[in-house]
Amino acid sequence: MNKILTDKLAPGHATCAGCGIPAIVRTVLGAMDEPVIVSNATGCLEVTTTIYPNTSWKVPYIHSAFGNAAATAAGIDAAQKALEKRGKLKKKAKIVAFGGDGGTYDIGLQALSGALERGHDFLYVCYDNEGYMNTGGQRSGATPYGADTETEPAGDLAFGKTRQRKDLMEIVKAHGISYLAEANVAYLQDLKKKAKKALGTSGPSFLLVLQPCTNLWKFPTSQYVNVGKLATETNFWPLYEIENGNYVINYVPRERKPIEEFLKTQGRFKHLFAEKNKKIIAAIQRTVDDNWKKLQKKVSDI
Amino acid sequence: MIRNTKVKAMTGGYAMAEALRQVHPDVMAVYPITPQTPIIETYARMKAGGEVTTEIVQAESEHSAMSATVGASASGARAVTATSSQGLLYMTEILPIASGLRLPIVMCVSSRSLSAPLNIHGEHGDVMVARNLGWVQIFSQNVQEAYDNVIISTKLAETMDIPVMPIMDGFHVSHTTERIEVCTDREVRRFIGTRSAKKTLLNLSDPVTFGPVALQNSYFEFKIDQEKEFENVKKEYKKICAEYEKISGRKYGMFESYRLNDAKYAIVMMGATVGTAKEAIDLLRAKGEKVGLLNMRLYRPFPYEEVGEELAHIRKIAVLDRVMSFGAYPPLYQDVVSSMQHAASRKYEIASYIYGLGGRDTTQSHIKKVFKDLEEGEISEKIKYSK
Ligand SMILES: Cc1ncc(C[n+]2csc(CCOP(=O)(O)OP(=O)(O)O)c2C)c(N)n1
Ligand code: SF4
Ligand SMILES: [Mg+2]
Repeated sequence: MNKILTDKLAPGHATCAGCGIPAIVRTVLGAMDEPVIVSNATGCLEVTTTIYPNTSWKVPYIHSAFGNAAATAAGIDAAQKALEKRGKLKKKAKIVAFGGDGGTYDIGLQALSGALERGHDFLYVCYDNEGYMNTGGQRSGATPYGADTETEPAGDLAFGKTRQRKDLMEIVKAHGISYLAEANVAYLQDLKKKAKKALGTSGPSFLLVLQPCTNLWKFPTSQYVNVGKLATETNFWPLYEIENGNYVINYVPRERKPIEEFLKTQGRFKHLFAEKNKKIIAAIQRTVDDNWKKLQKKVSDI
Repeated sequence: MIRNTKVKAMTGGYAMAEALRQVHPDVMAVYPITPQTPIIETYARMKAGGEVTTEIVQAESEHSAMSATVGASASGARAVTATSSQGLLYMTEILPIASGLRLPIVMCVSSRSLSAPLNIHGEHGDVMVARNLGWVQIFSQNVQEAYDNVIISTKLAETMDIPVMPIMDGFHVSHTTERIEVCTDREVRRFIGTRSAKKTLLNLSDPVTFGPVALQNSYFEFKIDQEKEFENVKKEYKKICAEYEKISGRKYGMFESYRLNDAKYAIVMMGATVGTAKEAIDLLRAKGEKVGLLNMRLYRPFPYEEVGEELAHIRKIAVLDRVMSFGAYPPLYQDVVSSMQHAASRKYEIASYIYGLGGRDTTQSHIKKVFKDLEEGEISEKIKYSK
């Protein structure tokens, strides 16, 4: 494997074959030359890279708990500031926190909010696979409407998740931080550009990166890039950034593909193609189109 | 030797803040809760006045306060926090992580009852929840000890790479003004030195993975190693107390025996009410009664053998716990009963009392009643409430 890519996260790790997490971590950390310290929430990334006595991490790394990656990063930031002030540290390293959607939208939201509000100098990266994957595919606040999960399964009387996913980008934006962006592991050049910008920001910055999960979205291991591309080609997962409050859409599909094309690639949406659930697909399409319009409006309003 | 101390009047909360000022941590991450708040408010004023340069993280919860303390400590910084009651329980998830990562964090606790019903006053409900999580716990009976214990805790934590909780009873110590002796800044700083961490996140040339996954083949050994080191705290604590005596003139040990030598009846307890018990004992002694007290200071790790030996000659013992313990004997009682296995003689009787919950005053007459029970043989397996 490319040396530059693996100089921070080694190739030996235990993610599922065809998992996009390592590509996200390597792209983000590869976007800078300065030294980095990583704080990581409990989840797939953490359990697959740190099984004692081995570690895939070639940079300083700490995992503390599920909901506190941002608060742990805040402590590292405070320590660097204090030790620099007291002449015990020459140069501060960049701090990057990684959390899954569960560790970010749900149990870690308060810690993230506090750290953003206090203005710590760190980048928070949420790799979003739309569910609690490390524990077997339960619903999270990021799971989309209609998806079949272990804790909100589809059945004779149920079509899967009955609520929309949280708009985490707007929640994070409300903290007034100067840079945040939505990216997708299927578009690594775009992700790299955003990581560079985020890492160049002083104070907090945030990246929300879609990470299709071969295991629990239920698609073949060779397909994560294709599934990821369809998420953006259908406008289900737009690529955009918010810089000092200004919205920029980074990619506009030449022709927006119907949402079915994304849904039909994955076992978690299979039940929606039953006759009785056709209206659910229609509802998902309406939401996707509405959200896209709202996003475009945010761009033109500026 | 002439000691360089100053006598000052202050509350327990102020005294802990004053000790922290002298310790001068790199990072303090905190969240307000009564009766701890005076510590962090005092410290914040010290910073505003330019007396300290500590980075203060005003966290949005205790969970994050403890998490940030962990992040800072793993970075090699001297990191402290403070809390009480619900706040301590809110941190509980992270407490075994701090000790499992071998981080020398000092957490000042102003101990308080637990909801529901809500009650802001002193008792040991909070710290007892955290008693077996790999943190050293040191109780203080008054403002002087609250001050001294912060300094001793810092030295102990950083010598052992183990987190330490110096504890004072909420209100009874935290909000009570007493005259205490304060060491000079120079002496305190020389005594504790600076932290030199072996492995830190900031050492970029030797990257370390903190907090890995340990499976069935290694987790058990991690925990056994941790316990082995934890047991060594007793030895180190005694050594540090002896060194501290040299600069402070105050003698501390794992416990304090008060008029215990020739006693027949003894109370075992810890915290603020010890002072009241000592006064009651003096009065009873004046009447010729053979009563005494064992005041626990180092509660975790618990010195079972030493306590057993110290109480070996006592025939009738009452253990007073300031905590409710549903469906089980209260913790200090259980510990003392376990200690008695080490006593040379096993002819003893031992009673369990619960007192002072939710800030309820415990007076001399409560203590006298306990001794009366012991003397009159009113000892049963039943837990009694000293209300
Ligand atoms: C306090 C706490 N509650 C629950 C868990 C169990 N748990 C571990 S990882 C996880 C899900 C992680 O989901 P996410 O953050 O989306 O990361 P992913 O596994 O998808 O990478 C859960 C529920 C835990 N470790 N800690
Ligand atoms: S379960 Fe999903 S997110 Fe987790 S390692 Fe496997 S593919 Fe990656
Ligand atoms: Mg997830």
